[in-house]
Amino acid sequence: MGAQKKSGARVSEDPDELVRVPLQAVLLADSFTTKFRPITLERPKVLLPLVNVPMINYTLTWLESAGVEEVFVFCCSHSKQVINYLEKSEWLSQPNFTVTTIESQNSVSAGDALRVIYERNVIQGDFVLISGDTVSNMSLTQALLEHKERRKKDNNAVMTMVIKRSKPNPAIHQSRLGTDELFMAIDPNTKQLVYYEDRADQSRGTLQLDKSLLVDNPSLSLHHDKQDCYIDICSPEVLSLFTDNFDYQHLRRHFVKGLLLDDIMGYKIFVHEIHSDYAARIDNFRSYDTVSKDIIHRWTYPLVPDVMNFGHTATKLERQGMYRALEISQSQSAVIGPFTVIGSGTKIGNNTKISSSVIGEGCKIGSNVTIEGCYIWDNIIIEDGCKLQHAIVCDGVIIKSGAVLEPGVILSFKVVVGPEFVVPTYSKVSLFQQPIEEDSDEELEYADSTSVIGSQVDKSDVEIASKVLETNFSAASQLGVGGAGHVWSTCEGGLEEEWRHSVAPIPKDKILEAIKTMEDDIEFAQDDILLPPSGELKPNSNDSDDDDHEDSRDDSYYFEKEVEATFLRAVHENIQESHLILEINSLKLSYNKDTSDCAGALFYAMMKYALDTPHSSSDGLLQNVQAVFTKWKKALTSYLNGNDEQIEVILKFEEMCLESAKEFAPLFTTILHHLYNDDFVEENAILSWEDEKKDADEADKVFVKQAQKLIQWLKEAPEEDDDDEE
Amino acid sequence: MPDVQALVNEFVNLLKKRKIEGSQATAKQTAELLRSVISHQRVSHTNQATSLINAIRTVGEKIIDANPIELSVGNIVRRVLHIIREEDLSLVTDALAGFGSDDEDDVERDDHPALSAAAVAAAARSTLRPPSLQTLLEDVTDSAAVPATPSSTGDSDGKSRSVEKGTRGRKLKHDVIEAVNELIQDITSCHEQIAEQAVEHIHQNEVILTLGSSKTVFEFLCAAKEKKRSFKVFVAEGAPRYRGHLLAKELAARGLQTTVIADSASFAMISRVNMVIVGAHAVMANGGVIAPIGLHMVALAARRHAVPFVVLAGSHKLCPLYPHNPHVLLNELRSPSELVDFGEFSDLMDSATGVGSLHVVNPAFDYVPPDLVSLFITGTGGHNPSYMYRLIADYYSAADLVVKQRPTTGN
Repeated sequence: MGAQKKSGARVSEDPDELVRVPLQAVLLADSFTTKFRPITLERPKVLLPLVNVPMINYTLTWLESAGVEEVFVFCCSHSKQVINYLEKSEWLSQPNFTVTTIESQNSVSAGDALRVIYERNVIQGDFVLISGDTVSNMSLTQALLEHKERRKKDNNAVMTMVIKRSKPNPAIHQSRLGTDELFMAIDPNTKQLVYYEDRADQSRGTLQLDKSLLVDNPSLSLHHDKQDCYIDICSPEVLSLFTDNFDYQHLRRHFVKGLLLDDIMGYKIFVHEIHSDYAARIDNFRSYDTVSKDIIHRWTYPLVPDVMNFGHTATKLERQGMYRALEISQSQSAVIGPFTVIGSGTKIGNNTKISSSVIGEGCKIGSNVTIEGCYIWDNIIIEDGCKLQHAIVCDGVIIKSGAVLEPGVILSFKVVVGPEFVVPTYSKVSLFQQPIEEDSDEELEYADSTSVIGSQVDKSDVEIASKVLETNFSAASQLGVGGAGHVWSTCEGGLEEEWRHSVAPIPKDKILEAIKTMEDDIEFAQDDILLPPSGELKPNSNDSDDDDHEDSRDDSYYFEKEVEATFLRAVHENIQESHLILEINSLKLSYNKDTSDCAGALFYAMMKYALDTPHSSSDGLLQNVQAVFTKWKKALTSYLNGNDEQIEVILKFEEMCLESAKEFAPLFTTILHHLYNDDFVEENAILSWEDEKKDADEADKVFVKQAQKLIQWLKEAPEEDDDDEE
Repeated sequence: MPDVQALVNEFVNLLKKRKIEGSQATAKQTAELLRSVISHQRVSHTNQATSLINAIRTVGEKIIDANPIELSVGNIVRRVLHIIREEDLSLVTDALAGFGSDDEDDVERDDHPALSAAAVAAAARSTLRPPSLQTLLEDVTDSAAVPATPSSTGDSDGKSRSVEKGTRGRKLKHDVIEAVNELIQDITSCHEQIAEQAVEHIHQNEVILTLGSSKTVFEFLCAAKEKKRSFKVFVAEGAPRYRGHLLAKELAARGLQTTVIADSASFAMISRVNMVIVGAHAVMANGGVIAPIGLHMVALAARRHAVPFVVLAGSHKLCPLYPHNPHVLLNELRSPSELVDFGEFSDLMDSATGVGSLHVVNPAFDYVPPDLVSLFITGTGGHNPSYMYRLIADYYSAADLVVKQRPTTGN
């Protein structure tokens, strides 16, 4: 076979290895998650079409061309469907490439699957661990070579992970594949992986690295722009490790992190970075969308529609990335935009517009239909005048005339949408009832009903049919007249996160919101003056790029708001004064303000608080003010060390009386007097304030005049003081 | 013939995955595959040629579909079909010559019931017709250049008379395999045949410009160098695959004075160049060239400065088809990763946030129209672009231009 194969063989014919072991792979035909529900209730994820070809074909094609000779396909939920599919396909009859299926009904996680495979005792040497929803065109030769070299030197190097550079979105902390931002620490010399965190606590914006990592590794590079391709080259030990640690469920969360933390056995994980090759795993609807687009844009070459056809009719690539099967009937007036795939036997009516979408085989699309960014699978009927945006529509769906699918809609198999019905955004519709499940807790992701569903669906067809019938009656009203299907309710808090993993583009307001919260996070993080966390260096700098001009303008405003919020928190949560001071200090640093700004802001916050506290008359207000000042005296005075700060406070007070809190205006002199009496402001400050105002407009002098008596009195006072001292 | 089927499938697989690179390798492997198809094909006594042709067509259709862009596959399939027709015809004409005119008709009817009378008549006419200028010249001057027809005819001359009809099938098969072997030989040696002509084209102290890397060009330049010609070579690097770098390395290692330039510098450098010599992916029937990307630009630059633009092409690259919309239909869009680093631009391709609308297109081939080509050099010598259709007519039968279409006159 090809070059890779030859070199693959050469690798294993090393003098050290006397017996040539064929390169094996374990393909998990189950993702053990529920991200693709409700579609996966009826069909396993690996058989879902990706650009009109079932996903597992991409994985198997890659494995074959990468020189793998033996593949064990591990089937769990809907195992019958997977096995049937493989039996019908050409995969079981390939020369030099054996595909064996392993069926297990009671595995609920990747860990279980690997334990079953270990029991079967079929893996003889290094193997490739991959899940059936991975698309790649990488050459394994180099990665395998590196892995074997390392193994020779160090028997503990049990796994090589394939990673690829891909920048995450700084605002929403997620990669373009819709997965959470991933942090990895890698030793740049040995390529050893020492830290792996895909669920960094975004709200805190901090990342904690064990100091001992730096002791063991002279240099470390911390990456957040690497994408985990979920292609692993494993030594046989990996299987026994899973068996030894029966609580390992998830490949990354438990196994990888477990190995990294456990330094007793000393097992090591290494990474192999690919540059020009492509690899990505479809984990959620967002990555389904992204990977489809990557395929259409030919990053996966030669795994592209016009080159790779599995017994399907040939597809021709036309200008601007338009892929069209040879046998389609398309109206003259229909407009098909760029980056669109049309499957064979599809009919498209007059004046229909289709752009950046994938249309499967045998679909009937009526006239005046608009389809944008959708994934339409096989044998779907879309009647006239429908409007579809960023939706996934499964086999056999009927969309009656004039219906509208808003962005992010998922229509599972054979759903019928009534005429003129608008399916709201992010809805998931299925003929099946939503299974009653507990909250989508972390751990329940595995324990949840994957197996239950598996058996449920594997029940006799009659039962399903009856069930569907039954649901048809009850659900008719949910999707308009003549519609069929249940609209699934999103679980609690799900709606919040729905936009992250949907096929629809992220709404603009979400991004803006995310940018806003990111800014807040940064401020918040800087509250606890601690060490500057490495994770946020980047967002911080990014941020300043975007909002530089805005920052300078609104800085003071934000600062004041921030101080006010801090103060109110202190009041409500009974935080000690010293802590309040600490927080304000940190704000001062982060906004690059001086003490007088702090004093002004804090004073403003206190007055505001006093004003907001319920009071009946101006006397009540005065009492409030006094109460506040007595309580937080220490905090305020710590900022009122100099003349300037005190003047700032008076000016601020004046400003308040004029603008935001006119209720204080009559009390100006009284409160000023109180401030003087309580040693907040000294007479010098008041005098210089008066001095400053001398040249001001008449309008500005209102309060100076009001306070004239006090000033007069102060001017006389010094002599007394002097006298006293003498 | 399960083993042949497996061979075909494997070849289809390799073609589909684009694992065979270069038209020479593809052509050779195609010919070898077809040879084994022929040798495994069981021929009946009656219509050997038709059954062979049908077998080749069936396989040919498959392997052409596997990679329609790699035209050399189709070329070889058509060449083999042509060979079968020629061999069959030569046997028939031998028989005609051998037996009396009475027998002649019987033999023909008996042996070729499947071939319609019209087809036979047409085939007979084409051989009886005065040969083209090319074949005429070659037959006279150098019979070895096109050895298939004359040599096998001479070979079979004596035997066919004595041999009974039944063995003619085996005879035909044997002859065809012989001829395919010669074809393979021809493909393998095309570089040398072309390189032999190097001294006639490259002169002392000339500056040659080439683009990308072509084995033919390399051999051609080396042959001139061996003949003690001293000249300079400019190598345009051939972005985005930068095969020109490899060529420059090899040329420099052979002691040729080599200069690497960027593709975009070709216009700037062309005024110092005496001749552009490039390889091709395929030569179409109108004399247009399907060539590595960037060559059209070089051809235009050469035309602007009246520099001869010479294309080297082995006979397996001559395609009997006329190019229709070659920029789209005869092009291959390769992975954008050859152009840009995915990681660097990944945020600009994030459809989710709507920030990114970056598209990268990486076509593999350029189409150079015939009027920009000054000369084609094939194994048989130098030819004008306008002459290519004639040259091609010598290698292919008109009936085979469309491989897909099954003959209706068949079974």
